[in-house]
Amino acid sequence: MNNPILPTIAGFDGADAPLGDCVLSSRVRLARNLVGFNFVSRASPEQLADVVHRVQSARLGGPFESAVRWVNVQSTTSLDRLLLFERNLISRPFVESTHPRCVAISADESTSVMVNEEDHLRLQMLAPGMQLRQLSERMFVFDGAIERSLEYAFHPRFGYLTACTTNVGTGIRVSAMLHLPGLALVQELEKVQRSARELHLAIRGFHGEGTDALGDFYQVSNQTTLGRSEQAIVEQFAGEIVPQFVAYELAARRTLLERDPAALDDRVQRALGILRSCRLLSFEESIKFLARVRLGVSLGRISGVPRHLIDQLLLAVQPAHLSRATGCALGNGRDDRGPRADFIRSSLR
Amino acid sequence: MQPTCDCCSNLAVVHETIVVEGRRSEVHLCAEHAAERGYLLQGDGDSLLPAGLPLSKLLKKSAADPAAPAVSSTSARTPKACSSCGMTMASLRETQLVGCAECYRALEEELAILIGRTQEGATTHAGRHPMHAAKLIDRAAVRNRLTRDLREAVSREEFERAARIRDEMLALSDPSEAQ
Ligand SMILES: [Zn+2]
Ligand SMILES: [Zn+2]
Repeated sequence: MNNPILPTIAGFDGADAPLGDCVLSSRVRLARNLVGFNFVSRASPEQLADVVHRVQSARLGGPFESAVRWVNVQSTTSLDRLLLFERNLISRPFVESTHPRCVAISADESTSVMVNEEDHLRLQMLAPGMQLRQLSERMFVFDGAIERSLEYAFHPRFGYLTACTTNVGTGIRVSAMLHLPGLALVQELEKVQRSARELHLAIRGFHGEGTDALGDFYQVSNQTTLGRSEQAIVEQFAGEIVPQFVAYELAARRTLLERDPAALDDRVQRALGILRSCRLLSFEESIKFLARVRLGVSLGRISGVPRHLIDQLLLAVQPAHLSRATGCALGNGRDDRGPRADFIRSSLR
Repeated sequence: MQPTCDCCSNLAVVHETIVVEGRRSEVHLCAEHAAERGYLLQGDGDSLLPAGLPLSKLLKKSAADPAAPAVSSTSARTPKACSSCGMTMASLRETQLVGCAECYRALEEELAILIGRTQEGATTHAGRHPMHAAKLIDRAAVRNRLTRDLREAVSREEFERAARIRDEMLALSDPSEAQ
């Protein structure tokens, strides 16, 4: 690939993102497979290259009508692979596998199509704040457009067929990245997590499966995909689950303000002070302090720092983004703490 | 060699052939999963009888294959495999991934059990569908409704109603689909 992935943060400039104080981003994903090919885990490299070719020559339409960027993930640099991953456009397994695969990305980076992830197609749409209803409507239009040039594997009883039975049926996964620092501080997070599990939701950390709750960011998503319509699944999330989480979080923030405003101010201002003056910052530390500043900004205790700047920094301080922006070396054992501290300091000046 | 359970890797102790609309499928379950699915283990476990009146028994009476055994405690067989990609339930248990779209047809009943476990009991799609599948869908939706009604009738022991629903299901099945 000649031109590198741009270091702009499209799709994350949502200054007025709905419920943005508590919801960092929304995502809708559909899993689809093509008829006439084995699923990815059982297909030969030749078949997988064929699938790539078939999808690339199809008319994808929708957000790809005007411009689409195809990235050959098999042959691109490891820095670009990590950039795409940090930007949530491709998954961790997609970074690490070695078979023929590629990703299509829309001009505004809100839409991506992974070809040959666990399924032949993984369609994904991403937006800042709480926008699950809008995203899913756009997604169904997009899915319908693709279906006009590619035939999907479908079964009258099981619905859209997927490699893993946890995705079969609608193939839909809706998720919201929540910021819940208030619940963490009043120590009610565990209670909320428990009730989420009772509702059969998956809760994960900052970067999907297996990451812990860095900066009190939690991604909630549906775990079942069969037996209910897409609309019912989306509605449960957009109409009940996310608003409920947000209501709990806002109540916790009010409690904190009433109980000990000085302690809260100290916590968020101290974090801002560190980010504005320290000289070495690890990735984990930077997320932790940025998240605290984010809480202060949302509650009006910090002025002069817009929330969307913090949200951009949450993305930009990740290793590959930092490497692209500052030219610092990337890789195991490389110390990027100095460049990260410099980058954040100059952004928050 | 005895086949393993459809739901786990333990040896199956319950073996049942279910005939629905002239189509046969086999169910193999270990003691634990058999109990979970309503089979009653009697005595020291060598005599197994389904609890109550199983749906399969009722279906079998008027079904096309009266020779199918309801319960047999010994049956040596080669494992069922997908004719397109070769996947068996044993290999699925290992990889957790289905091999191809045809697997869902070849191993429909076995997969339905697995799917029910991962999808909170749901085994039937209720959402959007591709345009090319519209015709299939309608018949499937009717069939699903009938299956539900049938189960309800059986559980209430309304056997005349069950027989009527059963006839409706037979009339619905497309002869070109029968194997
Ligand atoms: Zn078992
Ligand atoms: Zn197969």
